[in-house]
Amino acid sequence: MTDDAYNFAYLDEQTKRMIRRAILKGLAIPGYQVPFASREMPMPYGWGTGGVQVSAAVLTPEDRFKVIDQGADDTTNAVSIRSFFERTAGVATTTKTTEATVIQTRHRIPETDLAEGQILVYQVPIPEPLRFLEPRETETRKMHSLEDYGLMHVKLYEDISRHGHIATSYAYPVMVEGRYVMDPSPIPKFDNPKLSGTAAIQLFGAGREQRIYALPPHTQVVSLDFEDHPFDPSKAPHPCGLCGAEDSYLDEVIVDDAGGRMFVCSDTDYCEARQAQGFRGKDAA
Amino acid sequence: MTHPSHHTAQPAPSPQGWRAAGPLHESDPRPLLSVQDLSKTYGAHIGCAGVSFDLYPGEVMGIVGESGSGKSTLLNCMAGHLVPDTGQVIFDTRADGPRDTVAMSEPERRMLGRTDWAFVHQHARDGLRMGVSAGGNVGERLMAVGARNYGRIRATAEDWLSRVEIDPGRIDDAPRTFSGGMQQRLQIARNLVTGPRLVFMDEPTGGLDVSVQARLLDLLRGLVRDMGLSAIIVTHDLAVVRLLADRLMVMKSGRVVEQGLTDQVLDDPQHGYTQLLVSSVLQV
Amino acid sequence: MIEIEDLSKTFTLHNQGGAVIRVMEGAHLRVSPGTCVALTGASGAGKSTLMRMIYGNYLAERGSIRVAGVDVARAAPREIIRLRRETLGYVSQFLRVVPRVPTLDVVAEPLRAVGVEAGAARARAAELLTQLNIPETLWSLSPTTFSGGEQQRVNIARGFAHPYPVLLLDEPTASLDAKNREVVLSLIEAAKARGAAIVGIFHDAAARDRVCDRTVDVTGFTPGCAA
Repeated sequence: MTDDAYNFAYLDEQTKRMIRRAILKGLAIPGYQVPFASREMPMPYGWGTGGVQVSAAVLTPEDRFKVIDQGADDTTNAVSIRSFFERTAGVATTTKTTEATVIQTRHRIPETDLAEGQILVYQVPIPEPLRFLEPRETETRKMHSLEDYGLMHVKLYEDISRHGHIATSYAYPVMVEGRYVMDPSPIPKFDNPKLSGTAAIQLFGAGREQRIYALPPHTQVVSLDFEDHPFDPSKAPHPCGLCGAEDSYLDEVIVDDAGGRMFVCSDTDYCEARQAQGFRGKDAA
Repeated sequence: MTHPSHHTAQPAPSPQGWRAAGPLHESDPRPLLSVQDLSKTYGAHIGCAGVSFDLYPGEVMGIVGESGSGKSTLLNCMAGHLVPDTGQVIFDTRADGPRDTVAMSEPERRMLGRTDWAFVHQHARDGLRMGVSAGGNVGERLMAVGARNYGRIRATAEDWLSRVEIDPGRIDDAPRTFSGGMQQRLQIARNLVTGPRLVFMDEPTGGLDVSVQARLLDLLRGLVRDMGLSAIIVTHDLAVVRLLADRLMVMKSGRVVEQGLTDQVLDDPQHGYTQLLVSSVLQV
Repeated sequence: MIEIEDLSKTFTLHNQGGAVIRVMEGAHLRVSPGTCVALTGASGAGKSTLMRMIYGNYLAERGSIRVAGVDVARAAPREIIRLRRETLGYVSQFLRVVPRVPTLDVVAEPLRAVGVEAGAARARAAELLTQLNIPETLWSLSPTTFSGGEQQRVNIARGFAHPYPVLLLDEPTASLDAKNREVVLSLIEAAKARGAAIVGIFHDAAARDRVCDRTVDVTGFTPGCAA
């Protein structure tokens, strides 16, 4: 099914080699942002070009590829990216987390624990966690190299002084192996604990900003907090309306124009798998 | 003769355990900072040339001169903001003893800048984060060296705000809402919260109203004494050095023309330029 | 405690055509602990100049000034700073005031500088201010607005707060009434009794005769005068 007009996975071999080198460096220095020569992709910046380039560099013909966008396999963007790789790489695709070998994701981590041999590719808009407090790239690079992270805690301090608690609810900054502060991409803070100690390889690609960073398996990732305001991966106090799951991240869905609402698992594959096993929530058809 | 310092009472430690160093300990024979033959040129123009002096713990050195004298160049070379062409700036570090900070790596110098050194800029906005609250500004250095308890950081910030005579109720306000004098005092609090041993000050009262200057100088005097700070203060204002500095260096065209005890240099100036400077000050 | 040998002083005014003014030559002086020496001589003869040189405020051109073993003419700035803090006190004719500092703290300052904690320093300051008849209502105010006599008494209180082994007093009883003059003289006597070496300039002959053991006429050190 591969379109013969394209090299395998769209990118030329030299580009893939360059990206792989960046990935290897990122894996060797977990959490460190490696600059790379981001290519022009057939989608605009802001639509996942970084994730697509990383996926293109790591895919082999034997891989099974899954794409999720905010947990769902069936949004327009997820579908587009999946068919992009079907066409240019001819790889098998799937919606089942357990069957995928490479999973590209936008803004969520799958609920199902990942296994050794799986690769999770994150789409990252702004890779620099310090950017909003320190606009100068020259300064933030120095801060990372000198472990000068006082400013990061200043941001959290400001949150608490203004809101009484740390108000960051997504893209919550983390410390990797006690050395680098990293932005885990705009995943909800609920997902942060899954970053740490997983058996899968996690790769992060920012196309517009031209950075790649990575977490090898079993890396220690700790969300930043204060002793007296510890990190809280908060969750909506509802079960999933379709499958009844108590421990998954939920989307709130407006069902009618009378204000009716339903909470459903954001991870569509997780929800469907549970329903297939017979679990039912109160709103299940 | 006996050293009376052995009989002195130690001042009580300030909150959060930052120990004040107390009065001068001249039983320490080593200088805290030793500047040796420091020079910086800009092409043919001399920024500063051949400057050497030793600064001992608890001493305040004033550097005066008019515009173009090289005093700011000298200060920035010492503080590591500019790279000098020749010379050494040897600081007696806590961990490794005397080290030439010019030869230090950037990370080491920046760590020094976060802990043992402080720099008070002439314009508070160069030394503060204007978009961060007063508490965040004061707490930043603490957080940068590992403080992780919000409650204690906030309490320390409140304590320091009151020490620099800022109403602690303004801890959550941004410095943008402060007057010039308050911003400068906030800058001082931000710098001193980690108990540095050496403070560089670049025209700390420049641009402030006279009454505000008086208050600030008074504050600095008290803090320098209570914390046993050493300081190097660059200014064109002789009243500032008379009030704050034990020793004085007079600079002209990049060179030190005279140095000595402040009151001696001002009352019995030897060099013609110093005599001119002193006699030019209007008596009020 | 004070040993001055062959002291000379010259002022060179570079901005006035390099005019050279020789004010002192071959000065000698010895002051032992527990004694008070008065410097005498006509106005402008060099009394204050000599006193300032002992303090290190003026540089010496030649000679030595030993105060408690430290040669002020040659010592490093920090040695002089320490000397002034612990050993050598100087009560000048003028009180140089820092605006905003309350009188009580002005007087307590020399004690704070040697490490005495604030409460004890202020207590001693209060004692001296009371002795010198400065009303308690004024203690929390800065001396900037005080009368000349009141400023002088604050100046004296500050000078006697810390028990300096060596004291330099420049016109300590000037602009004081009889009652306060008496207080100052008794302070000087008490200082002598505890072993201080004192050099004073007294305009008032009666005061001078009361506390000083001998006089030294500085006119003898003025260049051009026959010894």
